[in-house]
Amino acid sequence: MSLSTLLAASIALVGATVHPGDGPAVPDATVVIDGDAVVSVTQGGAPPTGATVIDARGKVVTPGFIESWTQLGLVEIEGIESTRDDDAGGDPVRAAHRVVDAFNAASEVIPVQRAHGITAAVVAPNGGQIAGQAAAFELDAPEGGNGLVAPNVGVVFSYGATGGPSRSAVLADLRELFADARVFARNRAAWEKNQYRPLAASHLDLEALQPILDGQVPLLVHVARKADILAILDLAKTERIRVVLIGATEAWQVADMLARAQVPVVIDPVENAPESFDRLGARADTAALLERAGVTVLLSTFSTHNARKLRQWAGNAVREGMTHAGALRAVTAAPAQVFGLKRLGTLRPGQRADLVVWSGDPFEPLTQVERVLIGGRDISLRHRQRALAERYRLLPPAR
Amino acid sequence: MRLMTIRMLAAFGLSACGAAAPPKTPLSAAADAPVLLDPPVEATPSPFEPPPPVAGPTLVRDATIMTAAGQVWPRGWIRLEAGRIAALGEGDAPAPRDGERVVEGRGRWVTPGLIDTHSHLGVYASPGVWAHADGNEMTSPITAGVRAEEGFWPQDPGLERAVAGGVTTLHILPGSGNLMGGRGVTLKLHPALEAAAMRFPGAKDSLKMACGENPKRVYGRDKGAMPMSRMGSLYMMRSKWLEARRYKLKWDQWRKKPYEEKDGRRVPTNPPERDLVLETMAQVLAGEVLPQIHCYRADEMLLQLKLAREMGYQVRSFHHAVEAYKIRDVLAREGVSVSTWADWWGFKIEAWDAVEPSVALIHEAGARAIVHTDSAEGIQRMNQEAAKALASGRALGVTLTEDDALRWITANPAWALGVDAETGTLERGKMADVVVWDAHPFSVYAHAEKVFIDGHLRLDRGAARPAPRSDFEVTR
Repeated sequence: MSLSTLLAASIALVGATVHPGDGPAVPDATVVIDGDAVVSVTQGGAPPTGATVIDARGKVVTPGFIESWTQLGLVEIEGIESTRDDDAGGDPVRAAHRVVDAFNAASEVIPVQRAHGITAAVVAPNGGQIAGQAAAFELDAPEGGNGLVAPNVGVVFSYGATGGPSRSAVLADLRELFADARVFARNRAAWEKNQYRPLAASHLDLEALQPILDGQVPLLVHVARKADILAILDLAKTERIRVVLIGATEAWQVADMLARAQVPVVIDPVENAPESFDRLGARADTAALLERAGVTVLLSTFSTHNARKLRQWAGNAVREGMTHAGALRAVTAAPAQVFGLKRLGTLRPGQRADLVVWSGDPFEPLTQVERVLIGGRDISLRHRQRALAERYRLLPPAR
Repeated sequence: MRLMTIRMLAAFGLSACGAAAPPKTPLSAAADAPVLLDPPVEATPSPFEPPPPVAGPTLVRDATIMTAAGQVWPRGWIRLEAGRIAALGEGDAPAPRDGERVVEGRGRWVTPGLIDTHSHLGVYASPGVWAHADGNEMTSPITAGVRAEEGFWPQDPGLERAVAGGVTTLHILPGSGNLMGGRGVTLKLHPALEAAAMRFPGAKDSLKMACGENPKRVYGRDKGAMPMSRMGSLYMMRSKWLEARRYKLKWDQWRKKPYEEKDGRRVPTNPPERDLVLETMAQVLAGEVLPQIHCYRADEMLLQLKLAREMGYQVRSFHHAVEAYKIRDVLAREGVSVSTWADWWGFKIEAWDAVEPSVALIHEAGARAIVHTDSAEGIQRMNQEAAKALASGRALGVTLTEDDALRWITANPAWALGVDAETGTLERGKMADVVVWDAHPFSVYAHAEKVFIDGHLRLDRGAARPAPRSDFEVTR
């Protein structure tokens, strides 16, 4: 009997080693799930009466992985413009652009990632100086929904080499924008009556910056070079805003400052080459160095079609010195905490039952994903690629 | 002496061409008209850099030996001598000789050096600025005469990172913007100041061809030029192959009779005019240059196979080939290898039908399956890419051994580059291209701890961190 037919009843996963995402592993664990939530995780606990028992002895259970930076649901095929909604185009300032409006939960790309243990994602817009508002989704959309967890987890800003205006011009524009957004907030009535001087952006953009200025959400800053990271830290201080650094190639050079300022970073752990003049300090052990300094590290593939590599990427971070527990946290509890996704990222009572049953160490390539649950629902691991492989399993297939 | 022979052959336009060898009978001493011969294109070895000195002997013992030739010995040994694999075996190693480097292999795994059939290192070097883009001569759709070797920057910081991933041999290709992008070159990852000094001795060049979206995007969509469609691409390729056949015929005839009879004397005739595009294509027809074809879709691979039959050449490897699994029986019968990825897909519509167990399915059908990278990042973890391909194959129920999967990144790519007699497996007499891993190579946690190329210890993670090889990184 499949789990989905037993939605109302409780489920007990029995015998696995459970990594709750924010603490030590629980061996021989019993995970009890009721509806969409985790009820308990106990060592050797007895399954409740009437629960559907799933034997998971010898398996490893983790929270569903969260890809912290992707264009899932916005881009179907990169090379086909008509399938893309990641870039609002035109104006360099598009703070009002919300990916939540464009997100397509029916994307064929999503099930491919889910089958490798990705159960949620931060979906971010591209382009411009301010690209728009990133949103967080669970990667399953029952009952006509789209899996939305948080419509605005931050506004995306890019800082570094532009090939056009200098860095100082970009920062000056940003300061003016923040100043005008504050002016706008204090003078909405005058602005409505057309009694106010022209402002640096449209009223929708200025409105969209308010949650940044009042600290509700962070500015998500694509930045790589050390000098630029320092400039952003200074900006955060003077403007009194929260920032999360995205990419942050040379962050290891200012690791202690980032730890003191409690600025989280999203790292691509396999970026280790001087791919641009902003990234001359790239090194393989960035995640390890940041972890050691006490920085909150999130790991990302920065990929859409291959967000499924997140487990491999986390494994590479461990290979280069990050702790296994830290790498696991960096793809579960840490993104949930940084992006304010309170019910995701850990397997604790009351949390969403987003979890993955693995045949072994999740980071090892020879480990198989055996089961994925999102909101307590058993998710089919079938997708376009598996359907094609099955069709062509025997040759000739339809000849 | 050997060098002279090569240069003399090259002087006749088509180097070392079996069917069209230069005349054995010397021209008449009485010849009164000098024959106009074009200067040859310099081939291996480099006239400027000396070959590396012969490497000292090394014995690796008490390691798990994975030969990629069928054996996995949980405890074995291997001896490298004078740049070659001198001996190897299971169980107790022979006693070390005086002056022999001994590597204690307990808890270590030994494999052949990894081989990538598809790299743009050096021709798209880091940093990835326009000034480093030397791999695509996109000024005309057919530029078969240009050479990746001559766009290659040996200071690319990516090269050292490839060595750190256990790669010892790689094939540098021109890009896929053109229908015929030029000649690829097989290199060994020795430190050098020019590509020529890195050339794999005796390895044939390749001709990089491309079908599908890229040429029609670069020319049709972006320049309003031919080819604008796949049918235009095939038309242009076919037309050029017809020219190349005529060109080869002309040269073959001249080689057979490079003189004319005049008053009972043999008077040398000038050779036909050389055309570097047609010359490369004629070398493909003669089997001296290996066709490596960028092609994603099954229907397009079948078209390319038909074109190859029409014209009389043998496709060596389809690259990327994400739909190869659909025609794997055909590819096995035709003896064409497939260079593909473990999981790249979806970035364009011709890459939409990729499947995870692709490599395994191709292998199972009896075709030579190869995991290639096309990537400065991927080439650093080819072992992990092979492991993913192994896992997805097993998940589908394909029976696979670790030796099979290891061959996808060693023996099979060696075959696709025509160097399988020299490298790609751990066998006596082969080049001493060997990697010692600090964990099972299919573990994500494994590092290439020691990398030997021709017996030289090219990389040693245990040693003090050396200064970066690339001059670009001299201050790092």
